Amino acid sequence: MKPADFPAPFDWREFVAAPSDPEDERIEVGVLIVGGGPAGLACAIRLGQLLEDAPELAARLGDVPVAVLEKGKQPGSHLLSGAVVNPRSLRTLFKGRVRTSEMPFYGRVEHESVYFLTRRRAHRIPAPPTMRNHGNLVASLSQLGRWLAEQAEAGGATILPETAAAKLLVSDARVRGVRTGDKGRGRNGEELANFEPGSDVLARVTVLAEGTQGHLTGVALDRFGLHGESPQVWALGVKEVWRVQKPLDRVIHTLGWPLRAGAKYREFGGSFVYPMGDDLVTLGMVVGLDYRDIELSVHDLLQELKTHPLLRKLLEGGERVAWGAKTIPEGGFLSLPRRLHAPGLMICGDGGGLVNVPALKGIHYAVESGRLAAEAAFAALQPGETPWRPGALARYDESLRESFVWEDLRRVRNMRPAFGLGLVLGGALAGAMTATRGAFPPGSSSLEPDADHELISAGGAASYPAADGELTFDKLSSVFLSGNKTRDDAPNHIRVRTDVPPELARLWEHMCPAQVYEAIEGGVEVTASNCVQCGAITAKGGRLTPPEGGSGPEYTLT
Amino acid sequence: MKIAVCVKCVPDSSVHTRIDPETKRLDRSGEAALNPFDVNAVEEALRLRETAGEAEVVVISLGPERALEPMRKALAMGADRLVLVADDAAAGSDLVATSRILAAALERESPDLVLFGQQASDSDGAVLQAAVADRLQRPLISQVAELTHEDGKVRGKRQTEYGYDVIEAPLPAALAVSDAINEPRYPSLKGIMGAKSKPQETLSLGDLGVAANEAGEAGSRTSVLALGEPPARGDTVKIEDDGSAPQKILEFLLEKKAL
Amino acid sequence: MKTLVFLEHHEGALQKDSLGVLSKAASLGGEVEAVVLGQGVEELAAGAGKFGAKRVHVMDDVLLAAPLPQPRVDALETLVGEGGFDIVLFAASVLSADVAAGLAARLDAGLNYDLTDLVVEDGQLVGKRPALGDSVYVDAGWTSEPRLALVRSGTFEPAESGGNAEVVTFESRLQDFSLAATMVEQAHEEAEGPSIEDADVIVAGGRGLGGPEGFAQVEELAKALGGAVAATRAVVDAGWYPYSAQVGQTGKTVSPKLYVAVGISGAIQHKVGMQSSALIIAINKDPNAPIFEYADLGVVGDLNEIVPKLTELVRQRKAA
Repeated sequence: MKPADFPAPFDWREFVAAPSDPEDERIEVGVLIVGGGPAGLACAIRLGQLLEDAPELAARLGDVPVAVLEKGKQPGSHLLSGAVVNPRSLRTLFKGRVRTSEMPFYGRVEHESVYFLTRRRAHRIPAPPTMRNHGNLVASLSQLGRWLAEQAEAGGATILPETAAAKLLVSDARVRGVRTGDKGRGRNGEELANFEPGSDVLARVTVLAEGTQGHLTGVALDRFGLHGESPQVWALGVKEVWRVQKPLDRVIHTLGWPLRAGAKYREFGGSFVYPMGDDLVTLGMVVGLDYRDIELSVHDLLQELKTHPLLRKLLEGGERVAWGAKTIPEGGFLSLPRRLHAPGLMICGDGGGLVNVPALKGIHYAVESGRLAAEAAFAALQPGETPWRPGALARYDESLRESFVWEDLRRVRNMRPAFGLGLVLGGALAGAMTATRGAFPPGSSSLEPDADHELISAGGAASYPAADGELTFDKLSSVFLSGNKTRDDAPNHIRVRTDVPPELARLWEHMCPAQVYEAIEGGVEVTASNCVQCGAITAKGGRLTPPEGGSGPEYTLT
Repeated sequence: MKIAVCVKCVPDSSVHTRIDPETKRLDRSGEAALNPFDVNAVEEALRLRETAGEAEVVVISLGPERALEPMRKALAMGADRLVLVADDAAAGSDLVATSRILAAALERESPDLVLFGQQASDSDGAVLQAAVADRLQRPLISQVAELTHEDGKVRGKRQTEYGYDVIEAPLPAALAVSDAINEPRYPSLKGIMGAKSKPQETLSLGDLGVAANEAGEAGSRTSVLALGEPPARGDTVKIEDDGSAPQKILEFLLEKKAL
Repeated sequence: MKTLVFLEHHEGALQKDSLGVLSKAASLGGEVEAVVLGQGVEELAAGAGKFGAKRVHVMDDVLLAAPLPQPRVDALETLVGEGGFDIVLFAASVLSADVAAGLAARLDAGLNYDLTDLVVEDGQLVGKRPALGDSVYVDAGWTSEPRLALVRSGTFEPAESGGNAEVVTFESRLQDFSLAATMVEQAHEEAEGPSIEDADVIVAGGRGLGGPEGFAQVEELAKALGGAVAATRAVVDAGWYPYSAQVGQTGKTVSPKLYVAVGISGAIQHKVGMQSSALIIAINKDPNAPIFEYADLGVVGDLNEIVPKLTELVRQRKAA
């Protein structure tokens, strides 16, 4: 049985509509950016720079030339990553204006180690060439996002937090903007006393920078037939930030334990441990969602990881100060949409799948794609051009294909599929790929959707530690730490079949880091208010849609 | 009619708050949000305006510059303008100093009605409104759960330990509203976008005629002497029921004088 | 130290929390006096002697009949000025919070509130209070006299130390603005039971009850104990009990003297709503339920067996 046997009750057509608000109620902006993350904010920042020197164009764009919609409480609330960032795109974006030393980074990577872990030992192995981080900078993406938002606002962008983009507005075969989500609905969708309907936000150019599992991104790919040759696949990352007694002097990646190497498990992933200054450390577990064992829980694997002597020593005497979870698109080059633009629309960042999996890098691609989208929008808004003319935004795709983003992704395109063959064989293949810079193997492998893998019951949970409240923690207290206090009586934003067989219910129960799903008699119970919007469910048979704006986690250090 | 709403920006409750061990004051560097009880007060002011037909709703706060951002939520909901008293000398003000500063800001506005939220989520005092009302020499009704306004008078119904009271006071008056009074509206997108262009004034203590030594720690009459661990709850007494649990629970209740 | 304790009264009796504060003041030493304000309260006032007041000041005036704060501020301003008190103590209540704060502004005097203990250190009064959701304890001090303090309700129990009090009446001018607010209507809630925010005792039910019918026994126990009924988010979500009874991160925060958690696992989302309850008793059949880590008494067993029997024992005890 596989999750794909029970597809989610979701139809993209429900989320495409023509503008319907009366003229005097609709909101019009110049360029609308959906998502206040690195891609969206880079786009807003670049537009601000370009419009600074083009006051006439800025005037023609109206009172709000650039608007950024952010569904979290504020930019950063829903941002989560490792992260070790390659600063090149930020340097390009801020050239001549802000130096890297003025950006909120925690320090340069000087040393790094890669370990292959067994239950008790840590074997140092040479860092694969794709994973060389010297010169890169450690960041909290949430903090970086807040800083980028300040820069964007200083450059003239209007940031609208607590605002979800619920529907894509399309008419005359072009994207007109988005409709924001309603607020104040009850559990069954009824209008509560303080019900506030969403609004049509119309724009000349719409940029979708929603991040992993982008809601309208998925809708747009369907609406405009933009899907690439392979379906997208994802990994789930669960991470914590700890205050520690002794500083960590290096960036660490691990492979092996507690994941199982056999090909039948399909447990592809590893962990990262990064220093954040002298007194903080962030660590996380990342596992591909094509895994097969019903009992696999990335949250619990992270807890188990912490019991390894290498990590236990590092965290001794420390205190957990943050927790969060988010998916990462892992399909890479093979899963890229065949085009990242449509009339009046561009897609940037993780939402488009611009992530280099072997190097664990996506933030600098997000920033670069946002910057290129801004330039394409700016060109398409010039007198004599209309941004919704088919092809008007083609220059975005062209510039992306000419950039280092495309070249990087192409070079590592077959690595992820290789690891489907298990760690050892996959590792060997990956080595060969690196040595030949992607020439081997010729052509491209393919990927199956995460939900298409047969489930097995392989007892993964037997080794998970019980929560001790000091080193290891349960899911509910972790959800609490994420700052999530979503309204209990909000409508359920997760589209999933509830009358499913016990294996599937249990799969979801273990999978979800926020304890949203519970296997019950006859199916599964969904406690949507726990949801931290990581997106894992979308990979495994359900579909996440954005809840009421402002809900969900309030990350600050992730 | 002019309605002034006193609001406070508090650390967002979901982000972990701590007391800075050096200054012994709340570490306010974390994310700030409008005190949830004050949002009820803003909502009530907007409703009063709706029933009265027209009124000016001005939002007033004492806080750092950073407070402007969360205060704009009130403007997004529909308030007309905001006044922030931001002055380094005011940091660490206790009830006496804070009420003095706010009273000065309110006198400058001369509103017909002053509204407060019942208490601040970060200090739980429920005391500010009475101190300010006394300085303004206005009648006060606190803990209001239902409010009506008619013919220059306000009538508030509130819960007490014994039941409920209905109290009436002529304008000008001061009121503190409980969170039971209303369900605050969500700002509309138009409201959020329009908030930035509404008048926002930042004042210093000097603008209010308050001397530096009347504010901050110098102007306060209380102090934090020390911080410590809360007294331990004590160990859990855990028993397994063998039929005698009800009796053991009863004995426990009697021993702890809880019955 | 010369201390004045503000005594509230209701329907002919001195209020218990006020008497508790008075008893505590008496134990701290120095001269301890009390004040009673209202109409027809002279006889009542004498009762304060037993609890440690040497002298009770009374202002008996029709204008003080209604329990409104502002005229009381005027009266206390006069009394504190005349009596030379350096400490004024209040047991927190809806009324006294407004009185104490108004008086603080009037006298330019420091007010520390939500205190859970009072001690004398180096001859000076120091207040203790929790902060930041009970995660930190603060020693609160004053930088001038008089020192005003609001003590959290239910902190001190009245203790009779014997003795008689001299009752002294006094008068004070009451300001016009103080008299501007008038009591239009006062109603006493009948024994529907207290609301969960005010209740001294709460019996709360969770998923372990098995279904909405499980709340019947919770209600019986609450009634027997004279308390209110609360519920966890999970059971409110499931429709077993109304949202108004929900305690927790997304519900109400309560701090009763006694919290009996029946069939509740006690995840942190619930804990933060009730962790400052003075006494916590948990009944759950899962010995690993997180609630057992912070309950004062944890009972591992079948709630369907335990709760009805406990209710019966409580009823018998109370009848005796």
